[in-house]
Amino acid sequence: MSGRPKEHRAEECREVFERLSEYLDQELPEGDCERLRQHIEGCAPCVEFIESLKKTIALCHEYHKSEPPRPIPEEILAQMRACYQKMLGARSGKP
Amino acid sequence: MAHDKSPDAELARQLLEGYPGAFDRFVETYGAKVFQYSYLMCGQREDAEEVSQETLMKVFASLDQLREPERLKAWVFRIARNACYMKRRKSVFAPSQELSLEEFLPAFEGDGERRKLQIADWSALPDDLVLQGELRRELDQAIAELPEIYRTVILLRDVEELSTEEAAQVLEVGTDVVKTRLHRARLALRKRLDQYLRSARQERTEKI
Repeated sequence: MSGRPKEHRAEECREVFERLSEYLDQELPEGDCERLRQHIEGCAPCVEFIESLKKTIALCHEYHKSEPPRPIPEEILAQMRACYQKMLGARSGKP
Repeated sequence: MAHDKSPDAELARQLLEGYPGAFDRFVETYGAKVFQYSYLMCGQREDAEEVSQETLMKVFASLDQLREPERLKAWVFRIARNACYMKRRKSVFAPSQELSLEEFLPAFEGDGERRKLQIADWSALPDDLVLQGELRRELDQAIAELPEIYRTVILLRDVEELSTEEAAQVLEVGTDVVKTRLHRARLALRKRLDQYLRSARQERTEKI
C-alpha cells in the first residue's frame, strides 16, 4: 500500500534479511514467522533476495569437492578392520 | 525405546552388531564425507587424507562409546573436526575474524514503490548450465576463503546437512551460535556469487 511509511517497510525488510536463515530453516517462533511471511508476500525486493539466498543454499547442498579422495591404502584398511574387530570382541565380552 | 529408522542409525546398529558389509559401507560413505570436510578445513589434500583415515580408525576403535546410534553423523564429524584442529596450519586456522552482518546486507536503490535491490538477476540460473558450472567453481573458492568458524558451520549444515543441534554438538557451541554463524556464512557466499554473476553477465553483454 503506497500510504505505508517508507521507513517502516525498510525496517521490515531489514528484519527479513537478518533472520532469513531461521525463516528458511523453519526455526523461527510461529508468530515471528507469520509476521515475516506477511511482509515477504507483499515485498518484491525481499522475494528477490530470498530467491538468491535459496539458490546459494541449494548450490551448497549439491556441492562436492571436484577432487575425490584416493583409495585408502590396503595396509591402513587392514588396521581399521583390526580396530573394528577388537572393538566388537571387547563389546561381545561385556556382560 | 522406539528405534530410529534413519539410515545413519541403522548403519551404526549394523556396525555395532558386526553385520556383514557394514564396515565397507561405512568406509565408502563416511570416508568421502570426512575427506571433503577435512580438505576444506585443512586446505591440503595430504592432511585431509590423513585426517579422514585417523577419523575412521578412531571411529572403529571406539564405536562402542556411541550411546545414541542416531547421532552417528554428529559423532563422526566431531572426531573429524578435532583431528582437523590437531593438524591446524597457521595460514588456514589463523584466529578467525568475525564477519559483520552489515557487510552482507543488500543495498537498495530508488525509494518508495520504485525501491529496487542492487543485486544480480538470479532467475535464469537453473537453465543456464554454463553459468551454474562457473558458479560452482566460484563457490569452491568462496567456501575455502571463509573464516574457519564460518566455513565449518556451512560445511556441516549446508553441505553435509546436519541439523542445527547436530552441528552445535560437533562444534561444542550453542544452537544460537550455529544459527548466527550459518546466516552470516550464507550471506557471505551469496554476496560473493552475486558479484560473480553480475560481472559474468556484464562480460557477456560486452561481447555481444
